[in-house]
Amino acid sequence: MPVFPGRRHKNAWSPGFWAGFAACGTLLLLAVPTLNFWVPPDAPAALPDYVVPLLGKYLCYGLLALSLDLVWGYAGILSLGHGAFFALGGYCMGMYLMRQIGTRGVYGNPLLPDFMVFLNWKELPWFWWGFDHFAYAAAMMMLVPGLLALVFGWLAFRSRVTGVYLSIITQAMTYALMLAFFRNDMGFGGNNGMTDYKDILGWDVHQPSTRLGLYIASALALGLGYLSCRYITASKLGRVLLALRDAESRVRFLGYSVTNAKLFVFTVSAVLAGLAGALYVPQVGIINPSEFSPGNSIEIAIWVSVGGRGTLIGAIVGAVLVNLAKTWLTGAAPETWLFVLGALFVLTTLVFPRGIVGLLQRPSRFRVRAPAPVPAGEQA
Amino acid sequence: MIQLPRFAGLSLLLLATSVSATADDFAALVGNLAGDSFAEKEKAVIALGELGDPRAVPVLQALSDGRLFKSADGHVVISVTNGGTTRVRDAVTGDDIAGVDPDNFGRIIVNNRLRGAIEGALGALTLFSTDPAARLSAAQHALRHSSAAEAALLEKAIAAEKDPEIRAAMQQSLAAARLVSGSKEERLAAVRALGTTTDPQIRNLLDEFRAAPDTDPELQKAADAALASIGDRLRFVGIAANLFQGISLGSVLLLAAIGLAITFGVMGIINMAHGEMIMLGAYTAYVCQQLFRAFLPGDWIDAYLLVSVPVAFLFAGAVGVLLERSVIRFLYGRPLETLLATWGVSLILQQAVRSIFGSPNKEVSNPSWMTGGFDPIGGFTVTWNRLYIIVFCFIVLGVLALILNRTSFGLHMRAVTQNRAMASVMGIRTARVDALTFGLGSGIAGMAGVALSQVGNVSPNLGTIYIVDSFLVVVFGGVGNLMGTLVGALSLGIVNKFLEPVAGAILGKIVVLVAIILFIQRRPRGLFALKGRTAEAEV
Amino acid sequence: MKTALPLTEALLYLNGVTVSFDGFKALNDLSLVVDEGELRTIIGPNGAGKTTMMDVVTGKTRPQSGEVFFRGAADLSRLDEAEIANLGIGRKFQRPTVFENLTVFENLELSLADSRSTWRTLFAHLTPARRDRVAATLARIGLTEQSGQPAGSLSHGQKQWLEIGMLLIHDRTLLLLDEPVAGMTDHETEETAELILDLAKDRTIVVVEHDMAFVRSLGARVTVLHEGAVLAEGSVDHVQNHPRVIEVYLGR
Repeated sequence: MPVFPGRRHKNAWSPGFWAGFAACGTLLLLAVPTLNFWVPPDAPAALPDYVVPLLGKYLCYGLLALSLDLVWGYAGILSLGHGAFFALGGYCMGMYLMRQIGTRGVYGNPLLPDFMVFLNWKELPWFWWGFDHFAYAAAMMMLVPGLLALVFGWLAFRSRVTGVYLSIITQAMTYALMLAFFRNDMGFGGNNGMTDYKDILGWDVHQPSTRLGLYIASALALGLGYLSCRYITASKLGRVLLALRDAESRVRFLGYSVTNAKLFVFTVSAVLAGLAGALYVPQVGIINPSEFSPGNSIEIAIWVSVGGRGTLIGAIVGAVLVNLAKTWLTGAAPETWLFVLGALFVLTTLVFPRGIVGLLQRPSRFRVRAPAPVPAGEQA
Repeated sequence: MIQLPRFAGLSLLLLATSVSATADDFAALVGNLAGDSFAEKEKAVIALGELGDPRAVPVLQALSDGRLFKSADGHVVISVTNGGTTRVRDAVTGDDIAGVDPDNFGRIIVNNRLRGAIEGALGALTLFSTDPAARLSAAQHALRHSSAAEAALLEKAIAAEKDPEIRAAMQQSLAAARLVSGSKEERLAAVRALGTTTDPQIRNLLDEFRAAPDTDPELQKAADAALASIGDRLRFVGIAANLFQGISLGSVLLLAAIGLAITFGVMGIINMAHGEMIMLGAYTAYVCQQLFRAFLPGDWIDAYLLVSVPVAFLFAGAVGVLLERSVIRFLYGRPLETLLATWGVSLILQQAVRSIFGSPNKEVSNPSWMTGGFDPIGGFTVTWNRLYIIVFCFIVLGVLALILNRTSFGLHMRAVTQNRAMASVMGIRTARVDALTFGLGSGIAGMAGVALSQVGNVSPNLGTIYIVDSFLVVVFGGVGNLMGTLVGALSLGIVNKFLEPVAGAILGKIVVLVAIILFIQRRPRGLFALKGRTAEAEV
Repeated sequence: MKTALPLTEALLYLNGVTVSFDGFKALNDLSLVVDEGELRTIIGPNGAGKTTMMDVVTGKTRPQSGEVFFRGAADLSRLDEAEIANLGIGRKFQRPTVFENLTVFENLELSLADSRSTWRTLFAHLTPARRDRVAATLARIGLTEQSGQPAGSLSHGQKQWLEIGMLLIHDRTLLLLDEPVAGMTDHETEETAELILDLAKDRTIVVVEHDMAFVRSLGARVTVLHEGAVLAEGSVDHVQNHPRVIEVYLGR
């Protein structure tokens, strides 16, 4: 069974790379806004308004998938709980947006969101403090998932929990969070979540110009996230990660702190996921506890698999393609979507383990046979 | 023989006179209800209660509802409204009176005190009803209306009562009544008698009794002792109830997890579709039930469950073997890939079932021998279905242990687990063993599904409810180990149930999840770690 | 840290070391001394305790009793694996454990004596000095041509040399080589002997081996272990003609 080499950049920052990056950036940052904003709506090439947040959503998913590829494709950590980081970032943004509603809610309470008034609460819980300031909320969107990753990762990696055990407890983590956020008395809106946003940073959330702005922010975030991940994987730390993915004890024996290396990428990954979640929420208009569901986190792994694990760009491609398919199929033939998704899972693991980008990469790149049989502990 | 007619005649006469005597009393009392003063009405009401004549029930009911009227000539009538029509009945005879206008009648008014008396009388009357359920509820009702008169009535009722359960309820109410009336010895005896209860209502009564300012100190002490004993009993009952619930939940978890323990533990396969095997088993039970209902005579219906168990085993097992041969076989040694692939299979299975049967829950009813329950120590019910499931679960565990340790198949299974290459060299058909082992694990999951259909809902999402729990049981108990799974499942079930009243169901679950996450840090291999295919290799 | 006089001049000093696993004595009052700059070969039948001895020296196993000192000052029985590695003791395992998916160059790069902190590795540059060092090591182990290949594509023998290279590049003072020629071709075995002799010029090396021809070609002092203790010690000839050694190897 081929072990994924990880896309190894001979020169990570070659002119060829920058050309490609610039091309994508132009497409995303110039073409889309132009087609939506400046091209008149009745022209055939015009991009309708409702497509913009949809594209923004895909970009956020791309960033989320990127964050998982960083830890899975390069460090061998199959986290099946990344949806939790995504959702936590989303909830932070949601809290900020709820505070922005102010008196325009159904109950007109300047301080308390509608769902709290509905529950007969008299004052804002302590953890909502500060979320009326964007700067604070922006910091929390990244700090909260990062902190969770730090604590959880420290507990897990320090005890050398790896492989399937790690995956299972990440599932347990996101499942526990889901249950917690479903409770109405947690103060996060319970099973209804938080919705009905009015504006962000003063701009009306529903306006096309705001949506375009959010889209651009998502594209920028994705671009920056990609560059950061590329930097990490091309650095010496990236090589340490690749090494520990294959032979953890050996790396430890060389004197490297495996725990610290894993903890670092896991935390960075969680922050990126949280950022993705935060940008996702104003574009879809709602955040609710089902984002924490274990199934969501498993789905992210499929996005990465379909696109090509360990290639970074593959994760983004996979996320966009799978979600495009989902949008299309759930509209055209809803009952078939789950069949297709299930089939994707089976096929990518059985038949196309290298994913789309992996297939496109020159197969002459080392196809290494892993020593067989592989014990369940080490290999990802 | 010749005496008989005379004897009969005499008794008939007696009966007639007594009937007519009571009939006279009854009519007279009803007539008194039309009296002018409330005191008169109250006396009549109380007397009607003491009379014990069930005919008084509708009259008193009507009086309480404001549907009792009196005519100018002293007739008392009841107005009955059915649908839109109003009919008028004679209060004494119960016959309809046609062609009268209720407006010509004057309503018999009641006040609150009268209402209380009516309620008491009604309660007393139902003590003698022919319907046992009515008697039981009357006895329990009497608990809240303790009085001396009540006590007397209860004594009469107890004497006539044949059913032990109802008699016990009556005796309790009698004791409660004696608390407020009767001599000091009677009260003391009553307090002691009440100390054996687990009814929180009686505890409140005793509390009030104890707190009353003019209570005799000896009685107070007795009340304290009784309260303490009740408290102990309630605590004990609480623990017993939680324990039973916990074992019940644990047995369900065990059934769900044990198939997983085999496929994960023995084979190193992470099967995320395991929950769907359970779901398929549950639907098998549903289909069997429907088939039985459609094609077999009514009294065979109870047997559907016995048939569904082996059918579910075979069906789920077959699906398992198919899954192993087509997908899992290619992913050995790659547990994370197996996890993802089987998750995909689970999505497909869920959607398939949804397409065939629809999303809503399917009703699967317990066969008659599994309905209801019994009350072992007074205070909580042991339901038959849960009890049977606990027993079933241990039988399955026992049979599985037998298979693993005493059959040649079990030996082959263990050999392949520990050293595949050697096993193959010794002539064991490893591929076949793999497929059969997986089939065994899935088949057991199918049987678990049949059991679950008896205590929960059957829906396409059934699997997703149990998959996380099953994995946690296996991971906690130690992979590859039946004993570990047993201990893990039971302890998780019991801990869950004991946490519930303290933290609520959801928070309890969260606490358990977090605890397991932390536990895995300490013992990454679970409680009873076992070396096998899933053991980590050292460099 | 203690600043007492070193217990001994020797580089590696084992005295009365006992390691028992559940009653079975893997090392039984073992005493062994290796001087600085020495090349030592350790032989013995299976189960004699060779690997356990290495485990004790590298900190993988803690002895129940006895003293283990490095340079007479560092008590090896109290340090963990990473600390002992940082003291300058390097071990090569029996099975080659190079990083298959990294190139030969990258394998060596990771072994450079650089900061191991996660943060530093994030910002580490491959300076010309480092590059040169890797190149020098590659030359020494004879893998210059394979520099850009993934380590997994190397032959078994080449992987062993790479692993030796990884130890070399980190400037280890003491090298423990556990069966370095196991599974090698005759040609590779010869080359390995040459390599080891070359390396022994500027560091201390202890080699555990079975292959007597190889041991002979090394020509170093030989220690024979048996049932957890030293059976005999001396030149190759001395040991091969030692009656007890013959008895143990050929059976009773």
